[in-house]
Amino acid sequence: MGSSDSQQQIDSFRKQILEAAKTKTPLSIEGGGTKTWYGNNNQFAKLSTKNYSGILDYQPEELVITACAGTPLREIEQVLAEKNQMLAFEPPHFGEQATLGGAIAAGLAGPARISVGNLRDFVLGARIMDGKGQDLSFGGKVMKNVAGYDVSRLMPGSLGTLALILEASVKVLPKPAASSSIRCQITQAAALQSLNKSAGQPLPLSASCWIGANQADSFGELTIRMAGAEAAVYAAKVSLCSSLNAKELDSQEAETFWTQLREQQLSAFINLQADETLYRLALPAACGPLDLGNVGNISSEIILEWHGQERWIKGPSDDATFAALKQLANAHGGHAMRFRQGAKVNPANQRFTLLSEQTHSQALEPIQARLRASFDPSGVFATNRLP
Amino acid sequence: MVAMNMVAPPPDLAIISALQTKLVNALRPILPEDGLLWEPEDTIPYECDGLAAYRRMPLAVALPETEAQVSEILKICHAMTIPVVPRGSGTGLSGGAMPIAQGLVLSLAKLKKIVSIDPFTRTAVVQPGVRNLAISEAVAHLGLYYAPDPSSQIACSIGGNVNENSGGVHCLKYGLTLQNVLRVRAVLMNGEIVEFGGLAPDAPGLDLMSVMIGSEGMLAVVTEVTVKLVPKPKLARVIMASFDDIEKGGNAVAAIIAAGIIPAGLEMMDKATTRAVEEFVHAGYDLDAEAILLCESDGTPEEVAEEIERMTEVLKKSGASGIQISRDESERLKFWSGRKNAFPAAGRLAADYYCMDGTIPRRHIATLLKRIQGMEKKYGLGCLNVFHAGDGNMHPLILFNGADQDEWHRAEDFGSEILEACVELGGTITGEHGVGIEKINTMCIQFGEGERESFWGVKSAFDPDKLLNPDKAIPTLNRCAEYGRMRVSKGILPHPELERF
Repeated sequence: MGSSDSQQQIDSFRKQILEAAKTKTPLSIEGGGTKTWYGNNNQFAKLSTKNYSGILDYQPEELVITACAGTPLREIEQVLAEKNQMLAFEPPHFGEQATLGGAIAAGLAGPARISVGNLRDFVLGARIMDGKGQDLSFGGKVMKNVAGYDVSRLMPGSLGTLALILEASVKVLPKPAASSSIRCQITQAAALQSLNKSAGQPLPLSASCWIGANQADSFGELTIRMAGAEAAVYAAKVSLCSSLNAKELDSQEAETFWTQLREQQLSAFINLQADETLYRLALPAACGPLDLGNVGNISSEIILEWHGQERWIKGPSDDATFAALKQLANAHGGHAMRFRQGAKVNPANQRFTLLSEQTHSQALEPIQARLRASFDPSGVFATNRLP
Repeated sequence: MVAMNMVAPPPDLAIISALQTKLVNALRPILPEDGLLWEPEDTIPYECDGLAAYRRMPLAVALPETEAQVSEILKICHAMTIPVVPRGSGTGLSGGAMPIAQGLVLSLAKLKKIVSIDPFTRTAVVQPGVRNLAISEAVAHLGLYYAPDPSSQIACSIGGNVNENSGGVHCLKYGLTLQNVLRVRAVLMNGEIVEFGGLAPDAPGLDLMSVMIGSEGMLAVVTEVTVKLVPKPKLARVIMASFDDIEKGGNAVAAIIAAGIIPAGLEMMDKATTRAVEEFVHAGYDLDAEAILLCESDGTPEEVAEEIERMTEVLKKSGASGIQISRDESERLKFWSGRKNAFPAAGRLAADYYCMDGTIPRRHIATLLKRIQGMEKKYGLGCLNVFHAGDGNMHPLILFNGADQDEWHRAEDFGSEILEACVELGGTITGEHGVGIEKINTMCIQFGEGERESFWGVKSAFDPDKLLNPDKAIPTLNRCAEYGRMRVSKGILPHPELERF
């Protein structure tokens, strides 16, 4: 994109934002439109970042890529792959057209999150436009930067409710020299024990997934990925294969599995019935198998990622089921959300756990409200997509 | 002391004294007898932090022992509209804990318990006054440690680390405080208790922990932190490589990263530094080298062997004139000793030195070093260059004699030209020491009015009355004309026993 085109785009964003500010009507920001289903329902006038696309700066030796919000994720990943680098947090695409801006606004990370950190950890800087049409830059392109509050890191997961992301600088990492995935049959309780124990050892654990029926003693399928130096991966593979009685997957099969897990294309995810909801539970590492006995008519199958810190369950969509899951997660120090809803489920449903629903986060609610009011006094981004 | 002209003229003493009596009377009932100081002989140790050139006496110093006391103190100050400066160990290098004349210093030093350690979930819950190194020591028997290792780790507290987003030599590979903290419990200026983040991933709502970490005591007072613990590497080895040209050294740094290697540490020293420290530590540095790189690998013995081989190959290809690999732990520490003693060595060369903390993209390391060489001539002052080269964070030490007013002014201009060059080359004015009071004016170079206004918006969201450490980090419009910085007078550092940078 030429710089005059680029300025035209910025000007048109500003125009749209200032108009919305004048009429006090919110805008729904959209990139490639692959995650419109994510978060609370918001169907306001669209602000599209799709045409604000292009990689602005990429120096492999700096481990940073800077791109416009509308740049397709696959373009970024391809450019990085040519230099043997990657977005280590493995953002899910959920569609061909997924963009960098959308990935950051959603804040989602894939299987490797447990070993490398979340998307927010990798955001180094952002150029944003606030609700007053101000073009602002925070952070930068360097890893170490403590000048001012880390405002660019408020953008990940904000779902367009704070400001418009124009451009972002993201830390990238070299692809690991080697990787290997192994699989075994094991109970959920034993899998959680083994994963947490291994994570406390200097082993190159990269990701894990357990799929099976949600009872402490039912066997399920555990897949573990290791990534790092050749020698370290080899040694860990030998040791874990023997202690878990596991077998190594061939590399193609492994790659397909982790991609399908990231994109929620595994059989356990698909076939969401029109009246069902896919719930996501985020839990502390200490949480063992959940007792879902009181949650009602929940699916027996459960998927565990991130060594059990992220769990996926399908179930009925009613408020009582969601309330029971929230309560269960909260009792373990975690939280729950309606991640995906079937076609016939009420789109107006609240998808998230609210700050006011957890005692320790109640006091954050007014802070968040004031913060939003300061970036966006006229409510241009007040879609409530993230409450 | 030259830098003292920063300080505002003293307010009316009678007013201050009346305010002090009012504050002390209000706080006395809620604190133990030794938990409240107001006599000058008791409060003088709190007049500055690690940036000793900036001093100011507070109204009083409170040393609570519980979170409930912290909350009570803040409620009282909030009601009396008395500003509060939170303080950890006082090792900060940017004056972030410098008192406010009509304010209270709130020391968290007595909250120093390790609340719990859980090897299964690899977490520890600690109070803010716990020293950084004490965490790693307490979990060493479990084969775990807390990764961020600022050079002052023997003394600096975890509460201070959270407020500064501290890094360390190993943050290239292991991340900063932000990446190693799961949950922060804190008290707002109005006394309310809040929790940021959580033990479960992706806490609901906006990611407020991201702005809380690195907020320099301006948003909330930390009372408890849950940190991540990581498995201790079984082995570490370091390569010491010499280069006959600074540019080659700078390019070697980029080449290592471009080869897909993330070293556990990657540091650089220029010739002037090498000569100064060799005299001091006798580490066997190559005195003819224009630049020396220290490149560390850690992990399992197999991993380290593999990585050291790859690193050596890249360094050779980049034109290293000499390469030595540490054979054992004592040699590894010997190679590192010079890098860790750059500051005391500078103190032997000149009466004063002034430390900068900018960060630049790695590819500009050689460019900046060459520019600094030019500035040395321009200002007629020497400069030692030590770098956290792996992440582009540089610490030029400008040598000068503070007794000579003209030299000090030249040092000031020299420093500002370096910082401006950092911003111009796409970097930042501070990589790890924070803005505090020292760099508050240079914030005007890095950020425009809109950004600074947004920072104040963040501040007000947490602390609407702007009572928590309000004169630090974010400059007001009026401030943007002034100037301030760190200097070490007569080579005397506060906490001289600590390793620096």
